[in-house]
Formats: sequence, C-alpha cells, structure tokens
Amino acid sequence: MTLSSGQAGHDPSTDPGAPRALPVLSVKNFSKTFGGARALQNVSFDVMPGEVHGLLGKNGSGKSTLVKILAGFHTPDEGGSLFFNGEKVSLPVRGGDARRLGMAFVHQNLGLVPSLTVLENLRVVQLTGGGRSFINWAAEEAAAVGALKRFGLDLDPHERVDRLSPVQRALLAIVRAFEEIEAARAITGKPGLVLLDEPTPFLPASGVQQLFSLVRSITAAGCSVIFISHDIDEVMEITDRITVLRDGRQSGELDRKDATHEKIVEMIVGQSMSRAGHIKRDPASLPVYARFRDLAGQMLQPSNFHVGKGEILGLTGLIGSGYEEVPYLAFGARPASGGTIQIAGEQAFDQVTLTPKAAIDRGFALLPGDRQGASGVDSLSIVDNMFLPDVGRFFRGGWLRNRAMIDEAHILGTQYEVRPNDPYLKLSALSGGNAQKVLIARWMNRSPHLLMLDEPTQGVDVGTRQQIFSALRKAAAEGMSIICASSEAEQLADICDRVLVFAKGRICHELSGDALTKEGISEACYASAALPHSNHISQRAAP
Amino acid sequence: MNDTAKTGPSASSRRHLLRLFERYALLLVWVIIIALFSAAMPSSFFSWGNFSIMFASYAPAALLALAIIVPLTAGDYDLSVGATLTLSASTIGVLNVWHQMPILLVLLIVILMGVVVGLVHALFIIYFRVPSLVVTLGSTSVMSGLVQWMTNSSTIGGIDNSLIMAAVGYRLFGIPYAFYYAILAALIMWYIFDYMPLGRRLLFVGRGREVARLNGISVDKVRLGALIMSAVLSSAAGILYAGVLGSADPYSGLNFLLPAFAAAFLGATTIQPGRFNPWGAIVAVYFLATGITGLSMLGIPLWVTNVFNGGALILAVTISQITRGREASDIG
Repeated sequence: MTLSSGQAGHDPSTDPGAPRALPVLSVKNFSKTFGGARALQNVSFDVMPGEVHGLLGKNGSGKSTLVKILAGFHTPDEGGSLFFNGEKVSLPVRGGDARRLGMAFVHQNLGLVPSLTVLENLRVVQLTGGGRSFINWAAEEAAAVGALKRFGLDLDPHERVDRLSPVQRALLAIVRAFEEIEAARAITGKPGLVLLDEPTPFLPASGVQQLFSLVRSITAAGCSVIFISHDIDEVMEITDRITVLRDGRQSGELDRKDATHEKIVEMIVGQSMSRAGHIKRDPASLPVYARFRDLAGQMLQPSNFHVGKGEILGLTGLIGSGYEEVPYLAFGARPASGGTIQIAGEQAFDQVTLTPKAAIDRGFALLPGDRQGASGVDSLSIVDNMFLPDVGRFFRGGWLRNRAMIDEAHILGTQYEVRPNDPYLKLSALSGGNAQKVLIARWMNRSPHLLMLDEPTQGVDVGTRQQIFSALRKAAAEGMSIICASSEAEQLADICDRVLVFAKGRICHELSGDALTKEGISEACYASAALPHSNHISQRAAP
Repeated sequence: MNDTAKTGPSASSRRHLLRLFERYALLLVWVIIIALFSAAMPSSFFSWGNFSIMFASYAPAALLALAIIVPLTAGDYDLSVGATLTLSASTIGVLNVWHQMPILLVLLIVILMGVVVGLVHALFIIYFRVPSLVVTLGSTSVMSGLVQWMTNSSTIGGIDNSLIMAAVGYRLFGIPYAFYYAILAALIMWYIFDYMPLGRRLLFVGRGREVARLNGISVDKVRLGALIMSAVLSSAAGILYAGVLGSADPYSGLNFLLPAFAAAFLGATTIQPGRFNPWGAIVAVYFLATGITGLSMLGIPLWVTNVFNGGALILAVTISQITRGREASDIG
C-alpha cells in the first residue's frame, strides 16, 4: 500500500534534509510491573522526524501502559529511559516537560470542553495561562482562524464544540495538539510529536480520510505522529513504521512496505497456546430463551441473534463496533432505535419502549461496566447496595426488617466470598474486585432469567476473576441465560459457550465449539475490521 | 472469615467510641451551651417557661428543616420553603380573616396549595431539567410577590382562635402542642427514611441517579414525590406559624430559611452522621434556637442573629464535608 495523496507522507529514509541519526522520540527498555504482573517488558523503539509510527496490540498487550508512561501517569521500572530530540527526559514524564519539549497527546475522549466554543477550546492554554492580565480577543480569534485555515478546516470559531460532528471534534483536538508542539518548536527549534490514541473508532470512512490528510500535513511540517489504532488497514495506510506489542513485549517492528495484513494479525495475536478451557456446551443443544430481532442502537445496526437457556453468550469486537451497546439496549438502559425481543413461549415485545423497571420485572438483570457511576453507590453500605432492586422483599408488617437484611447480606457475602464480609461497610471500603462481587451477588440472588454483563472483570484481580467466572458458570448450569460483552478475548474463551464478533455495527462472526479460542476470537475481531467500510455507519454522538 | 480478626479489639472499640462521639457530639455541645447560658442567666434563661416558649416558637422552623431534607436526600434543593411557609400563613389570614372562610376548609386549601407548589417545581426541575437551585430561587421571589399582593403588605390579625389554641393554647408537660407536631412529623419521617423501602429509594436516587434507574427505581417519580412533600410540609409549617403568631405576617417567615437550611446540614453531622436525618435536623434546630435565644437574652444586638445563623450554616456544611470525606452527594 502506498500513499497516493498529494501531500504525501514525509519519508525519512529518502529525504536528505531529515537528520537520520537523531530520532524525535526514543524509548529505551521500558518495563512496568504492577504488583507481580509485568504489563510491559523491555520495550524500545524510535520515532524519526516526519514519521508516522503505528502502535498496535490488543487489549492487555501493554499498549495503554506504554501510552500512560509517555503521558506521565505511570513511572516505568528502573532501567528504562526516554530521549526527546536527544535530550534525556526525567521519568516520570512531567506535564511541563512534555509541553516544553513539544510532545502532545490526543486521547480518545479528545479532551475538549463541549459547552465552550471552538476558539476557547483551541486557545485554552493561551487563554488560561498565567502572566497575562488582559485577553486580546481579536488576536486570539485571529490566531485560531489562522490555525484552522492552515489545515483547511472550515469551522466557525464561535461555534460550540458540542454542535460539531465527531469528525470535526477529532480534527479540532488534533489541530490544538499540533499548535501546542509548534509553540514549543518556536522556542526549542526542534520538531515535536503528537500521539493519537485511537482517534478513529467512531468516525465514518470519509472522516478517517480527513483525519489522515491532517496527519500528513503535520508530518509534512517535519513533526512526528504516533498513531494508535485497532484498525490494521488504517495503520497500514497512514504509518511509515509499525511497532506491535503482545503480552507486554515487543513482538515486532515492521516497515510499512513489508507489512501485510496477515503478518500484522499474526504479530498481534501470536501463537501462544490456548489454556485448557472449560467444557463448552453445544449451543445447538440448548433451547432458545430469548430471540432479539433487528435490535439497533447508536452504533449497532439492526441485528438478529438469540441466547439459549443456560447459555453463556459472549459479545465482542473492536471498540466502537457496537457490541458494547447490546446489554444496555436489551435492558432498556439506553434507548434502542428499533428491535423486538421474544422470550420463549411469550409474545414478542418492543425494545424501544422497554424501561429498566420493566426489564427487571421480566427477570432481566444488567451489571453495567461503569461500576461507580451506574452499578453501585460507593457512599452507601454493602447491604443497601446488595438489596437495592428488591428492598421491598424485606418490608413485612409495615416494617423494614433491617436485621433480616443484614443477616442475608452476611450469608451472600460468605457465598460470594466478599472480603471483608461486613454488610455495614460502605462499598467504597472494598477493593474493586470485592465491590464487583457484591454487585454480582445482588443480581444473582434474584435468580434472573437473563443476566447481562458489560466488562464484568474490568479492574478486577485475577483471583476474583476466577470466582466471578465460576459463579457465572454455576448459574448457567442451573439454567440462567447470560450475555457477556467484553473486549477481552481470553475471558470470553474461558467462560462462553458461543461468541458473536461485531464489526462496524453488525454481527460478522459466530464462534463456538473448537473454533472458540482466545486466538480465534482475536483473529475474528481483526479479520472483521478489514471488511470494507460500510457507508451506513451511524456516527456516535459525543458522550 | 471473621470480621473482627483483622483489627484488634482495642482498635475496633476505639473506632466504636469515636463513632459514638461523632453521633452525639452536637447533643453534647448543645448541653454545654445551655450550661453556659444558664450560668450567665440562672433565673431568666434556665427556666422551663423560657424553654417551652423556645420549643413552641421554633416548631415552624423545625418543620421547615424536615421539609428541606426530603428533596436534599433525593438530590434536589428546595430554597423556596421559607416563601411557601409565608404564602401558606398569609393565605390563612386572607381567607380566614378577610373572607371569613371556615378554618378547616382554609387549612385544606393551604395544604392543596402546597401540592400545587411542589408540582410546579417538579414541572420545571424534572420535566424541563432546570436546576432545582434556579427554580426554587425564582419561585421564592414569585411567591413573596404574590404574598405582598394579596395581603397589601400588611400583617393580618384575628385568625380563628381554634388554630391558635391547637398550636399554643394546649400544653403537654408545659410545652405547647406546636412542638409535638414537629416531633410527630420527625417520627413519621424517621419511619419512612429508615423502615420503609421508599426511604432507600430516596437515598439511592440522591446518591446515584443512574444506579437507581438501572435498578428499576422510577427516579422521576421519587423526585416528584420529594418536591411535593417538601412543599406540603412547608405549608404545614405555615399553618403552625400562623397558629403560633396568631396572625399572618407577610415578611418574617422568610427569615426561617437560613436557620432551617443550617439545621438540615448541621443535622447531617449528628445522630446518623453522613445522612440528612430527621432527628438530627430537630436537634440542630433547637441547638441553633438555644444559641439565638441565649444571645438575645444577653442583650446582644439583632445583627448577631444573622451572623450566627449564616456562620452556623457554613460551619455545618464544612463539618459534614469533613466527616463524610469524599462522598458528598451531588445535589443539583
């Protein structure tokens, strides 16, 4: 694949003007250990001036740990060092250093303030910076207009950011980052670097192209870009070189011209042995419990699927592929744009008008991924959190039986191994894993017919993870239907009987039996992402 | 696993003592200031007569503090309770004295008016999603204006004697009935807050709206109920106020707003620390009342009252913020 666009990428190997010897960014021997787990092991790579450097790897490969070290959130283990234009950067990276040297980050959430204008967002550093007693709005506006014009962005500086399209927002964030490193270059005289952390999952194909042309104009100015994405085709299109991480190690570095789709997938997924998994049941042997027809949401295109009675159904895909919406849509937690559910032997009912209350009455349960914001209340006690949906059960004879609640909470705590098992404790006093056990106990105790989970083991330690898995398997064996949305292939391979892989809002693979392995799932995720961009991808509104 | 195993018995009993102290610290401080004022004015301050007057005259404020904690628990502010009280008292004056309507009918009308006030608040807060602070601040001004219009800004005397008798005429242990109405309201609220599922729903709606919604709680209905409840209780406080004064005063009711708020927050530091709770609110109202009564009997000028109330509000919120640490509920 070659760059065909007019303002082609800056190729450091052929450009005589680029100082080949001195990389803009040089990462040497980064390792990071959390507790006993090695998240990153001896990772080294260079980013040359004018280069777009791709960083690939699936969830848990150490990619985000690396980004967090560069952004200064983590300190790497002893022995790692970082150079920027030849200057040694003290670790952990301080925000001031990054700004002074000319390193800027655009994270997936973009870091824009939606209720403020384009101008205010673009010039936030200058407008809020110290040492000035007066804001010259005319000058600020001129500077903003200049920056937008330089990149051919047709934006009204007085438009509010929440009225922009997702593409415009992404472009604005990148322009701001570029302005920031250019401001540093004006002082240091050296090129800077912009790190783009998954900027594309929610963009339509045309938006991705706009973003790429912006990236090309940044490299044409001699600066460098680190581009992180799950989308192999995008990475192959825009980058000059690619570093792939797997299980915390560098599994390879490729020049774009040597890269093929297959080669990259192999480097990402690897050949590691699948662990002896659980005994999967044959999904065909299970009677259907619920059938979803044309279920659709903001990203999810009308999809048809079913879950068997006693089946654990996994949903996965790359970020933004729509699978993560399914539990919320099916529970009525987010409005579905269409679709029906039919429970075995019952009338089908409309998904659009479903409310969480009605879903609970039908025997559905949802454990959201956002534990603190949507699942449990940290400032309230374990017992209150456990019996939130069915506190009415303890109201007998005109009296809330607090004693009975405490006793039952204690029993459930023992059963689900909550530590410490003190029902009066606030949820905030527990570790993430133990808090999750409390919330799982809440729903399991109601014996729902259909339990839906979103990333149930996020921020949960390995031991607790196994406890949660065994609780899920036991419930499924007793006939509970479970839908689990997760980005972790290994976890899905461990617990599911069947996995649906989503891409661009549609179901594109169904894995079960021997095909259901960690590698199989990862491969399917990346293979589906290679499908041609569909034109009907709905854009996700900003959160 | 044994819960107490990880902390030694001494550490756990020390923590228990600390918790006990936290719960009753305000009561202790109250006793101390009573002792101080009594020492300063043994004959005038430390008399049953003085206390019984204080208990009765602050009963409307106590009811108002109870009114506030309902929406506060559900995560909404109601700044209009003082104005609702005034509107209610003035309506009693206008209808009962000027229009000669029977007192029971008037009381019924006033309570219904409270429901209407709550519904109007809910319309803007829940349906149009206007912040509760803004809506109830605005409605305070609206109601104050209406009161001036309907009373011609004058105090209306001559309210039906049976209302006055019911408020301050009859006494139990020397304390007028007015006080016991507030206690009764606290008792009912305590029952709802602690012994009915409704109380838990209220709490979860206030602490985590999304959590509550995803657990099948009708968040909007709970908030609506809380707003109606606070307006109705404020109207009831207005009835009590008219009874205690024997007249309808179009202005002074607004002065209850600040002590009532201070009491609601101060009350959240005691009895059940970290939660707005009815007994805490009652204790806090009478704690503030004791301070103001004592200071004014010492002959301290009127402006000190304002300083005392305002200072107590800020101090109360600061203390509750410290005791509750990071877990401040998002009210808004």
